Amino acid sequence: MEQLTWTGALSPLNFALYITLAILLAGIIAQMLLGLVPQGSTRAVSADGTMAADQGFSGLVGKVVSYAFLATLGIVVLYLLGGVAMGTDAGIIGGMARQLVPVWIALAVTFAVSIMFKRKLGLYGKLFDSTVGMIGFGLVMFWVFAGFFGGVLEMIVTHDTLSQTSGMKNKLPGTPLRGAEEGDFQWFLLGGDNLARDVFSRLFDGAWVVVVIAPLATVFAFMVGITLGLPAGYYGGRLDTILSFLANLILAFPVILLFFLLVTPEIVATGIPSYMAMILFFFPVVFFCVLLNSRFYTQPAIRTPLLIVVLGGLFWAYLSLITNNGAIVSNDSYTLPGIPQALDWIAMPSETLVVFVSVVFVNSPTVFRIVRGLALDIKTRDYVAAAQTRGEGPWYIMLWEILPNARGPLIVDFCLRIGYTTILLGTLGFFGLGLESESPDWGTTINAGRRLLSIYPHAAIAPAVCLLTLVLGLNLLADGLREESLRD
Amino acid sequence: MGLFILRRLGLMLLTALCLTFIVFWLTNLYPNLEKLAKTQGNFRMSDEAVASFLDDRGYLDPLPVKFAQWLGVAPGWVTEKEDGTVTGRCFTEGTPVDERDRFCGVIQGDWGYSTVFKDDVSSIVATRLGLTGKLMFWVLVLMVPSALLIGVLAGMREGSKIDRSLSTVSIVSTATPEYVSGVIFIAVFASSAFGLKWFKGSATSAMESANFENFFLPVLTISLYGMGYIARMTRASMTEVMTAQYIRTARLKGVSFGNIVLKHALRNALIAPFTVIMLQIPWLLNGVVIVETLFNYKGFGWVLVQAAGNNDIELLLAVSVVSVIVVLLTQLISDIGYVFLNPRIRIS
Repeated sequence: MEQLTWTGALSPLNFALYITLAILLAGIIAQMLLGLVPQGSTRAVSADGTMAADQGFSGLVGKVVSYAFLATLGIVVLYLLGGVAMGTDAGIIGGMARQLVPVWIALAVTFAVSIMFKRKLGLYGKLFDSTVGMIGFGLVMFWVFAGFFGGVLEMIVTHDTLSQTSGMKNKLPGTPLRGAEEGDFQWFLLGGDNLARDVFSRLFDGAWVVVVIAPLATVFAFMVGITLGLPAGYYGGRLDTILSFLANLILAFPVILLFFLLVTPEIVATGIPSYMAMILFFFPVVFFCVLLNSRFYTQPAIRTPLLIVVLGGLFWAYLSLITNNGAIVSNDSYTLPGIPQALDWIAMPSETLVVFVSVVFVNSPTVFRIVRGLALDIKTRDYVAAAQTRGEGPWYIMLWEILPNARGPLIVDFCLRIGYTTILLGTLGFFGLGLESESPDWGTTINAGRRLLSIYPHAAIAPAVCLLTLVLGLNLLADGLREESLRD
Repeated sequence: MGLFILRRLGLMLLTALCLTFIVFWLTNLYPNLEKLAKTQGNFRMSDEAVASFLDDRGYLDPLPVKFAQWLGVAPGWVTEKEDGTVTGRCFTEGTPVDERDRFCGVIQGDWGYSTVFKDDVSSIVATRLGLTGKLMFWVLVLMVPSALLIGVLAGMREGSKIDRSLSTVSIVSTATPEYVSGVIFIAVFASSAFGLKWFKGSATSAMESANFENFFLPVLTISLYGMGYIARMTRASMTEVMTAQYIRTARLKGVSFGNIVLKHALRNALIAPFTVIMLQIPWLLNGVVIVETLFNYKGFGWVLVQAAGNNDIELLLAVSVVSVIVVLLTQLISDIGYVFLNPRIRIS
């Protein structure tokens, strides 16, 4: 086995790619410069009454840019298709494209189905009208599928993510595996890290950690923010003053200092994160309880069984979330028992729990402020007055009148906030806080790789680029959603 | 206006007090104290030795008493050992009896002693703040003008090619946290792997003599993340101004586009970004900590990491007081500045 190059048998395409990229860049710069110069274009009226405008030089540049963009895109697709067909013969990129086949199929199916039914899918369907939104959605779904297939089903990963292979320490991307056996994958596609583990496998294994924790933490932050922000905005008065002061208190705390104080083994030993988890994770239970009760309390026949089922399930989930090894808090001096191990179906180790809790804690005041502002605005609308006249209870108005009408900005902020949470998680990993040091998540991997950055940068660059694309995808998705939701 | 500022200052003081109390509480939890005792003494101390070590140094007093001592409103601890030597918070064994102070806390100007750096906290914080101030100054010099330029250029013709390209640039820059851009910059411009080696991957030498080669990468790394956000806010405010009635009037009068942008739109469009820039400064602290760790520049952020990592209580408290004051002051300045810049808003 020999060292792989980046593009292998498809290298002749490289030259074409460079040329189209150069044309694209030059074109974009020319377009921006031309945008600064005002120009008159001639308009001619034809005999049949139609009008033709001369697009002039800027039109020409615009055409060149769009063709160059299509050509670049085409070449990239060629690389990927070639890679799927030829595997590692098409170099490292080809090898990766082959490994990612399940992701490509899942992406293609998602897009095909969504575009086919986009008129019936509401805001989600409208996303497919905007290019920016589609690019963002594609990037996000790429990582979701990659995390799912790589982290859960272990289809993408080529090697075990924790085992060290002798002779592969800090090896460059595309190095053949030393002493490979018959069934093994023959290369380290993205090289080895400083503990001689496969960077490529760790990348896709870690994607799942990121793709699960960040959105979940954001969901919890939204639950807390909504449950507190709606009454603060709707009732106002002293409740609002107190809650706003608390929110501002947390917001004035430098995030990084809070992480350093909260996410340490000593603090975990005192059980403070567990108590915080007990409080913060209780908000979803309260939220759904109030949500359903305010809607159905006039029909006890529906309400009572519904509440019993939903609350029973949620409460069970709540208890298994905060219970760890049969105890909620367990340290030297005392133990606070939780539910028995047999019923504990969510296994969340205490390191993950503390990271989760601190991220929720940092994010919820901002959500609180947004929701409070929206509630303040919406409570003056006519439909709220109508509901009050009908004699609806305050919680019904808050959760079934105000909240649905605040959904647009909240959905956009939700996307942005997932990206921000991803960045925060990476920051925690970067400082080696929270997750254990062999965890494959991207922040921890960047932290491990940065020590040898000036000699072997590949181990740190790969997760850095991954994190960049995921957050970029989320930002573009939020942008697309904002554009589309403003349109109507 | 005066009353408003006074009330805000009072609220600020209350917030700072609450936050320092939280930091104090977290750092004074017993496992943290135990770790402190073991790093200061030795790692094989028995539990009794730890307890007596802590008791001798006043760490086991009730929390409010300790906090009051730190603030300087309660007399500092005094321990008399069995062999007759007397030590206290405010004096060492060698100090003559009549020169021993009873109170020594923040109010008396005594910020305490750092257990990690073996130095006075106030002098450590002052020197490190100076170094970080240098970094922040260059960050602001790079970040603010470029962000405003990008925002104004993008916002003056909404939907144009220039708008779309620059908006993409700012989205990409907000999606690149400091540890990602820093890693990529070091790898590309400072490592042997790409062979460019234009800049240095470490900013340690910039502490004495900063030059373009050793200081540009850290400054760029911090500025890039904040730049995108400010640029987007500027763009939003600029597009809003450009659709205003008075801009249309100016156009109909026949004012040239350049004059409209520079004389009519720009001043009104820059009110909102001012607030955003002020509120962005506390967020730069995040970036400062990351970049100072990544580039090994021993400033304020580096001290924060060291103090937190070693549970250096008094240093950590001073660090948190400084950062909380920065946060609250910038909020206050942004509120006051907003009123001055926008005469339509009056504070009752």
